[in-house]
Amino acid sequence: MDLWFSEYHTEGVRFSIKVNKQLYSGHSDFQQIDVFQSREFGRFLTLDGFMMLTERDEFIYHDMIVHVPMAVNPDIRKVLVIGAGDGGAVRELSRYDYIEKIDLVEIDELVVEVSKKYLPTTACAFYDERLEIFFQDGLKFIRKCHNCYDLIVVDSTDPFGPGEDLFTKEFYGNCFKALTENGIMVNQHESPFYKNDANAMQRAHKRIAETFPISKVYQAHIPTYPSGHWLFGFASKNLHPTNDLNPAKWNSLGIDTKYYNTQLHYGCFALPTYVEEMLRDVENEKD
Amino acid sequence: MTKMSLNQSRAPIKEALEEFTLRRVVPFDVPGHKRGRANAELTDFLGKSCMNIDVNSMKPLDNLCHPVSVIAEAEKLAAAAFNAAHAFFMVGGTTSSVQAMILAATKRGDKLILPRNVHRSVINALVLNGAVPVYVNSKVNKTLGISLGMSLEDVKRAIAENPDAKAVLVNNPTYYGVCSDLKAICKLAHENNMLVLADEAHGTHFYFGENLPISAMEAGVDMSSVSMHKSGGSLTQSSFLLINKGMNEGYIRQVINLTQTTSASYLLMSSLDISRKNLALHGKEIFKKATELAEYARWEINLIGDYYAYSREIINGDTIFDFDVTKLPVNTLEIGLAGIEVYDLLRDDYDIQVEFGDIGNILAYISVGDRERDLERLVGALSEIRRLHKRGRAGMLTQEYIDPIVEMSPQEAFYAPKLSLPLSETVGKISSEFVMCYPPGIPILAPGERITADIVEYIRYAKEKGCFMMGAEDEEIERLNVIT
Repeated sequence: MDLWFSEYHTEGVRFSIKVNKQLYSGHSDFQQIDVFQSREFGRFLTLDGFMMLTERDEFIYHDMIVHVPMAVNPDIRKVLVIGAGDGGAVRELSRYDYIEKIDLVEIDELVVEVSKKYLPTTACAFYDERLEIFFQDGLKFIRKCHNCYDLIVVDSTDPFGPGEDLFTKEFYGNCFKALTENGIMVNQHESPFYKNDANAMQRAHKRIAETFPISKVYQAHIPTYPSGHWLFGFASKNLHPTNDLNPAKWNSLGIDTKYYNTQLHYGCFALPTYVEEMLRDVENEKD
Repeated sequence: MTKMSLNQSRAPIKEALEEFTLRRVVPFDVPGHKRGRANAELTDFLGKSCMNIDVNSMKPLDNLCHPVSVIAEAEKLAAAAFNAAHAFFMVGGTTSSVQAMILAATKRGDKLILPRNVHRSVINALVLNGAVPVYVNSKVNKTLGISLGMSLEDVKRAIAENPDAKAVLVNNPTYYGVCSDLKAICKLAHENNMLVLADEAHGTHFYFGENLPISAMEAGVDMSSVSMHKSGGSLTQSSFLLINKGMNEGYIRQVINLTQTTSASYLLMSSLDISRKNLALHGKEIFKKATELAEYARWEINLIGDYYAYSREIINGDTIFDFDVTKLPVNTLEIGLAGIEVYDLLRDDYDIQVEFGDIGNILAYISVGDRERDLERLVGALSEIRRLHKRGRAGMLTQEYIDPIVEMSPQEAFYAPKLSLPLSETVGKISSEFVMCYPPGIPILAPGERITADIVEYIRYAKEKGCFMMGAEDEEIERLNVIT
């Protein structure tokens, strides 16, 4: 059998994984959901044909979207996660004993059900007692929150589908309003490399920088995402992502990670020149 | 509701075009793009299927100037769907429908009773044929700053004072969704031997949805202009002119042909045909969904605070006899921002385009094409605009009804010898041109009207708030043409 999953990273670039077996295929009110089994990457989840995570490399993404803000502010107690129906971000958050509450807002209930059934490695923390799941539109949920979260994790899909709302100025503005005084928002920030991803990346940065006094971008290397070079956004009201980091304090927590460490924390905010330029271009842009 | 007859699942113009395309006829006629082969860029941009049906009138495809086959059939189906005696396919926008009905109902010197908040196309028609407007004060709701429908008493008075008037024109509904008591106005006008004309540019859905205001044909209106391209979903610029029993179809066709193109676009006509089919078959569900979306957004917007997304609660039995719940007008004055300012913020900062903003309101146009998550964006953005931009209400002007002083017919004034004066020096003079904010395109000043200090003040304020002003020869409206 020669069965392959392929995703077009651009019209002329294709990324393929040899598939042993398709474990699930279904359509929700919002999107097409598929889970495959492969030898190289283990199980992987796709939404509308776009790679969301593989068992093999998801640790990179989830380490970086959770531990970076958690290390900057050790006083985070209330967390809101938007998107992330696969449970990976919640799994990493649940490792902090002192977090009191985790609210997960996912628009698509079926993604959570499928993850629970087929992706036990990421969905293992759905039973954490501190977790409450809301199946609704993220923008709608956040609109009603005021000064109530210390951390918001925006684990969205690409801005060309149901995740579109989560890349808008109105969304970022509502996040700002929902955060406490030392609040931090981190978001999946697309990639700087291919044109369409880079446009989305720049638009997101522009809107975040217009909304938050501190808006920085950091990077990670994720083999199954387009170009492998992926960015995250760090936005906050007061805390600086590297100046305010206290490495000893985070290291004393004894949280085992495969990708994140406090040295890497400093390094990941150092970006390639062309990426710095792209970010600067939109920061200086006037409407 | 209408009893539709004939087979509404047919679309005769579309079917004829499909058949015609299959015959692969070699074109030695216009249009010169020859099914798009003449210009690859154009064909790439619009698509091959679009270019293929951009063809000339010919025997198998009928001719809009004198329909005898497929267009005639399509018009019959449309008439049945709208419960009209006849439906004319129109390709010059609803402007052409409005003008045709006025040109058919009045002639030089005739009086037409109408509310002030008419679309510019109405007064343009009077410039064309020399009929004279008799304005009924369309009252203003002071809190909302919107002009309303006509009060029945005011219409009665206008008819009594002008028994020689030929027709009464009614907006059904206004841009904001407000309806007058159309049935009672029809009865009153008909008892006085006047025709009733309806501008239903914003009322296509009344013919198909449930629990919506009464449609013109059902109320007994003689002629109505229906913007299929708005809530009906056909292509921009396509429209219907509906007539009721007792109207002379042949004469109205002659009037239409005075100004209508002889090269009517089959893109527009087929879009009318296909959209009529869609509404006839699925209109009920389509407008049920649109209503639900509008009601949901209204509820959420009212929860934000300060904004007022109004609905049926403003009905007062007269000047707001009914309200179209598919519309989503939102009053912004309590935020301390003019509607036009919120309109600009939505577009510039949030990439959200709403239909229009005026002095005190914005209007979001909701249709079945909208998705819940898009409405969330609108609500989310309005909530952000309030958080970031709310300020005191001081200095906010609301729209006032400025009673027009008609000194001569629009036609006389438009063609009279004129002089250009700076805006501030025009007070007391008679205007020879229009001034309006667009949208909504309702005149502040029309040819033949006396300019007052209030009008000049209003123009200044609207300009300052960023309203897109048009109609006058001087695009900046620093100067106005007045009659010498």
